[in-house]
Amino acid sequence: MPLLYKKNPADIVFSSVTAIASFSVIVLVIGIFYVLVSESSLAIERFGITKFLASTDWDPVRGSFGALTNIYGTVLTTFLSLLIAIPVAIGIAIFVTEVSPDFLKGPISAAIELLAAIPSIIYGMWGLFTLSPIMSNHIEPFLKKITAGIPFVSILFEGTPMGIDILTASVILSIMIIPFTASISRDCFNLTPSIVKESAYAIGATKWEVVKNVVIPYSKLGVFGGIVLSLGRAIGETMAVAFVLGNNHRITTSLLDAAATITVTLANEFAEADNDIYLSSLFYLALVLFVMSFITLAIAKYFLLKAGKKYSR
Amino acid sequence: MTRAQTRKIEGVIAMTLSTLAAIVGLFWLVFILGDVLVHGVNALNAGLFTNDPAPAGIEGGGLRNAFVGQLLITLCATLIGVPAGVLGGTFLAEYARGRKIAKMISILSDIMVSVPSIVIGTFIYAVVVKPSGHFSGWAGAIALAIIMIPVVLRTTEDMLTLVPWTLREAAFALGAPYYKVIIQIVYRGAAAGILTGILLSIARVAGETAPLLFTSFNNSFFSVNMNEPIASLTVTVFQYAMGPYESWHAQAWAASFVVTMFILVLTIIGRLVIKWRFGK
Repeated sequence: MPLLYKKNPADIVFSSVTAIASFSVIVLVIGIFYVLVSESSLAIERFGITKFLASTDWDPVRGSFGALTNIYGTVLTTFLSLLIAIPVAIGIAIFVTEVSPDFLKGPISAAIELLAAIPSIIYGMWGLFTLSPIMSNHIEPFLKKITAGIPFVSILFEGTPMGIDILTASVILSIMIIPFTASISRDCFNLTPSIVKESAYAIGATKWEVVKNVVIPYSKLGVFGGIVLSLGRAIGETMAVAFVLGNNHRITTSLLDAAATITVTLANEFAEADNDIYLSSLFYLALVLFVMSFITLAIAKYFLLKAGKKYSR
Repeated sequence: MTRAQTRKIEGVIAMTLSTLAAIVGLFWLVFILGDVLVHGVNALNAGLFTNDPAPAGIEGGGLRNAFVGQLLITLCATLIGVPAGVLGGTFLAEYARGRKIAKMISILSDIMVSVPSIVIGTFIYAVVVKPSGHFSGWAGAIALAIIMIPVVLRTTEDMLTLVPWTLREAAFALGAPYYKVIIQIVYRGAAAGILTGILLSIARVAGETAPLLFTSFNNSFFSVNMNEPIASLTVTVFQYAMGPYESWHAQAWAASFVVTMFILVLTIIGRLVIKWRFGK
């Protein structure tokens, strides 16, 4: 690294300008954290940390707030959407790297990545007007019918199918995160050295056995990173779920009930909060969301970096 | 059945399933885009772009205010976010290349790219809207700019790193100071890549709704004053789609169609440029 630039005054100016621009990222991260903490200080004082996180109260009239119903909604929709998305995404990655003829690889990857470019509000509106009626008229009654009588499982599908519920929201979320998981998995699969794969083929392995026993074990670190990254995305998704989740501050066991996630509560109530403690509690929720997603994304980044180091060796 | 047969059948099943997965992915894409296309084109008419909204519940009217507002907010966000991002990326790839601090900022930016946009909205509400006492177009533009900065910064860094070091050495050898080397040699070499990054970051923020909900808010009248609440297409779509009137729903579809097409065209152009410039 030549340090020539120190000698020229114009270089000192230019390098400081660029330095300020790039340090703005650090300032932003710290600034967001600091502002959210100071704005929610009223609620932090009133409700504490563990009490806020563990309370299911959400009562703007009495001024009593807790985050648990929102966290529950966020965790449940995220978990369900990953459950639906991961098999499909890994399937797509296997198809693109191993099964598809060469001329289809590019177009199919590009098409899947276009899914990621569609804005979340479009997903939300499509979910409200198109997916939700399909869910309430066909898919949810069907799920109710086949699970009826099975202990525990039938609890998940109690109640009237309305289409505005946890299940619909999770399906939409899963469509949104498929492209992230799929494209990272594909990149990782592609990095498997062909010599390792060829050795497996040489001792008579089938294509599936190569994928299962060579490609996936070799790339599991990166794939895992990709999954955690999608998890981080799903936690913070707002508009796609705001349309189809209702805004119901209760903990429900049925997937056919409306619920609330942190993001949906913020989107619906933030502009309407009419007193200090209400607003402060909403800032508190935003802080919880920021910390949750920051930690998740940092973990994802850690695994992806580790994977990158492994493959570059 | 012999063991060889079971293995073969297992393989065929697994490969069929993975093909099915790809079909499922494509099915969603076609389903969503087709739906937006059909509903959107049906609701599209010239009045949508030239009229302001009619009073609630009355047929007719357009979304001129939202189209203009969206353009203004996106433009201002670009004017703030792009220079900051490009300059920041320059620092990481040039002056701080290989230093710990560059690595750290780079990782932080990667995280910031995925941080929930609604959190950025609450942040801007606290630092811009609350002190000034009212929602404003500027608040929305700043929120979008904050989302843009890490995106542009990371692509700029990557693109500058791709420019061969020997090219800089050649310029150094002629006695050029570093800033001249960067501006006249490195930027030129990486121009296509940086521009693509900018296009993709515009595509990214043009569809954002959550950070605008409580920054630029909404305005049912035509306004180009960035100091006042200003309408945007995405927030209007949210309001209209959740509203009770059929005519609102139709206009929401039309607006979604326009936003989606704008973003898809930008994204496809960006990808084509990358392929043309860096593809095999």
